[in-house]
Amino acid sequence: MLCRTASDLYWLSRYVERAENTARLIDLTQRISLLPERLDPGKSSTTAWRRGLDALGQLEPYEQTCGEIQVERVLRWLMLDADNPSSIRNCLFQGRELGRAQRGAITAEMYQELNTSWLDLEEASEGAASSDGVSPFLEWVKTRSAAFRGVTIGTMGRDEGYHFMVLGTSVERADNTVRLLDIKYAQGEEPESGSRDFIQYYQWSAMLQAMSAFETYRKTYRDAVHPLHVSEMMIFQQDMPHSLAVCTQTLHRILELLAEEPRSEVVRQAGALAARLRYGCMAEVQEQGIKVFLDDFMQRLEALTWTIVETFMTSTDIGAGLGSEAGRNVGAMVS
Amino acid sequence: MSSHPPYDEMYDAEGHIRAHYAPFAAWMDDTQDARIAQKRRQAEISFHRVGITFAVYGEESGGERLIPFDIAPRIIPAGEWKVLEAGLIQRVRALNMFLHDIYHGRRILEFGVIPESLVLRNSQYRPQMQGIDLPNEVYAHIAGIDIVRAGQGEYYVLEDNLRVPSGVSYMLENRKMMMRLFPELFATQSVAPVEHYPALLLETLQSVGPEGLDEPVVAVLTPGSFNSAYFEHAFLAQQMGVELVEGQDLFVRDDTVYMRTTRGPRRVHVIYRRIDDDFLDPQVFRPDSVLGVPGLFSAVAAGRVTLANSFGTGVADDKSIYPYVPEMIRFYLSEDPILLNVPTYRLRHDDDRKYVLDHLEELVVKEAQGAGGYGMLIGPTASKAEIETFRQQILAEPERYIAQPTLSLSTCPTFVDSGVAPRHVDLRPYVLSGSETMVVPGGLTRVALREGSLVVNSSQGGGTKDTWVLEG
Repeated sequence: MLCRTASDLYWLSRYVERAENTARLIDLTQRISLLPERLDPGKSSTTAWRRGLDALGQLEPYEQTCGEIQVERVLRWLMLDADNPSSIRNCLFQGRELGRAQRGAITAEMYQELNTSWLDLEEASEGAASSDGVSPFLEWVKTRSAAFRGVTIGTMGRDEGYHFMVLGTSVERADNTVRLLDIKYAQGEEPESGSRDFIQYYQWSAMLQAMSAFETYRKTYRDAVHPLHVSEMMIFQQDMPHSLAVCTQTLHRILELLAEEPRSEVVRQAGALAARLRYGCMAEVQEQGIKVFLDDFMQRLEALTWTIVETFMTSTDIGAGLGSEAGRNVGAMVS
Repeated sequence: MSSHPPYDEMYDAEGHIRAHYAPFAAWMDDTQDARIAQKRRQAEISFHRVGITFAVYGEESGGERLIPFDIAPRIIPAGEWKVLEAGLIQRVRALNMFLHDIYHGRRILEFGVIPESLVLRNSQYRPQMQGIDLPNEVYAHIAGIDIVRAGQGEYYVLEDNLRVPSGVSYMLENRKMMMRLFPELFATQSVAPVEHYPALLLETLQSVGPEGLDEPVVAVLTPGSFNSAYFEHAFLAQQMGVELVEGQDLFVRDDTVYMRTTRGPRRVHVIYRRIDDDFLDPQVFRPDSVLGVPGLFSAVAAGRVTLANSFGTGVADDKSIYPYVPEMIRFYLSEDPILLNVPTYRLRHDDDRKYVLDHLEELVVKEAQGAGGYGMLIGPTASKAEIETFRQQILAEPERYIAQPTLSLSTCPTFVDSGVAPRHVDLRPYVLSGSETMVVPGGLTRVALREGSLVVNSSQGGGTKDTWVLEG
């Protein structure tokens, strides 16, 4: 597969996933900000939105462009603003442009889904930044993302291109899960096993709902919502699609398939990361401090994504790629 | 020719429905207008969703638009197609022999069949190609031959397209759309399939691989996703199951072309290029081109890669060479041409020029190297000022132009705002040449949607129709 194709497909699936995850994060923030004030005393509703922006790494760009936090303005920024490269609108646009560039590498149905999302955006986003328009729009975004994923799984051959798309999805998802946890832990709250108050209960429930993970939680823990359990589920749970454990194991498995050398650096990094999540436990995380754990994870994930880009998506330069060593490589390819 | 009223594909001169259109006419009678209107809307929405769009030069970037699709098919009876098919194959074989000849022994110039200067001083003649041997001696692997039908129904070749002819994806998508919208129509008549075109194209490309390889690696080379025909490039690559590459994805080392892949460099043997000669190799042609691949020409010259179509085919589809194609057929094949050429006035000849200048309001004047319906005068519909402008241009540079009688192109019933009305059409079948020369039964029918207009080019508001060749 062409380096350019691999890169485009990787980013295509990242953008699709990012649109959905941004919708989930808005959903979560919305739920938290709508909680009655007595459950979150002393905090105005803009605090939640500030935290939401911060989690997405959007606080600074937002304030530079739009000034002070204002709910409708934040919603517009995250959902529809053309100046925000990660707004849902721009994610859909980029996804469609990359899909168009790679329409030979994806199925016609996949392109049709991307194209439909873009063509329907204007209609779907009408009134989206008003308080009663948010939810229908977020639902629409999640449905569009699900439709694309469904068509991808249902129509695309399990070739290299598919694997690069899975890589993009997993990287973006892991990144997002950390950001969601970060919203809760940003102010230094550490999870405690027997947290009792209502605020905790509602806020953590909101997180589960935003992740569409409420049912899974109930089934797994058969218990009230405890911060510790929610964190454990989002980090270590083996059957929760957004958990860091599942994302990193997927990355490792796919990279093993893609890499020519089983002992290559990219596989090693992914394997080391996956093992930490596979064999780690909450007690360890608590000991280290969850904030420290999340920061460390983020750094390792970033390092891995750089190695992925370097290994597969950096065009072989004429000189560098075909020096004396790579000459053998070419020889092997000539048949 | 222009004295006849246009030939109508569906109705004869007495207004009776021609036999091969009878089932379609019956279907139209039986089908409610509302259903047809609904299906037409469906077609439009669907083309948008699928993204079968066309970027038009001169419009803002990102300006995508649909080529209007008309649901009334253009139907060709089996007997007529047989003649067309034989004529197309004959013509393209001769054109390929001509290209091989002028880049080798130049027998045809030696025999004086075509004036030497017309070939050797042609801006499309590539002296670099002199003496380079190509697999199967094929230059134009993919040819789009534009065919029109005049007053009494006789077919003429209007133009040969031997560089990077486009439009074949519309032939395929139009058929797909028709089968989806009106499956019942295909039950009434046996329409020859066209869906195997990509398979034949791949077979053709693989048959001209260098060094007699069994399974050469094929790639489609596109200028990129901003090109107006990008949809088609991606479509064909996907249908053939080969890589769609841009210039930046390829490099040449030791006269060998490689793709940059996730597993390192991979050799490419056959390139179906959709970039013009001028932009293909900055080392040999336009040095400012960033679309091409430095060193590509020398790889071709070394016989390490095959380019389809080859460098230098433009000299054979130039309008100044066009009048000589019947002579080529006689010269190389010792056969009489099966398809007619439109009589053409060569403006470098004094007699022809005098006649043309006296009859500009009846004639069509074209630039010898123009394409896409640009730089063209249609005498009968032109204003006095436009005619005057062309007169001055012809006087200044007569060799730049050719003139032809205004053909009254045949018409085909077409859905327009006021209902169904006759509109002028042409036809572009696609001829493939590899180890053999073949044509898929059908082609792209273009239709001039404006009443009375003879310009069918999609860049000038033309639409398309599905083309049915009946099996007989």
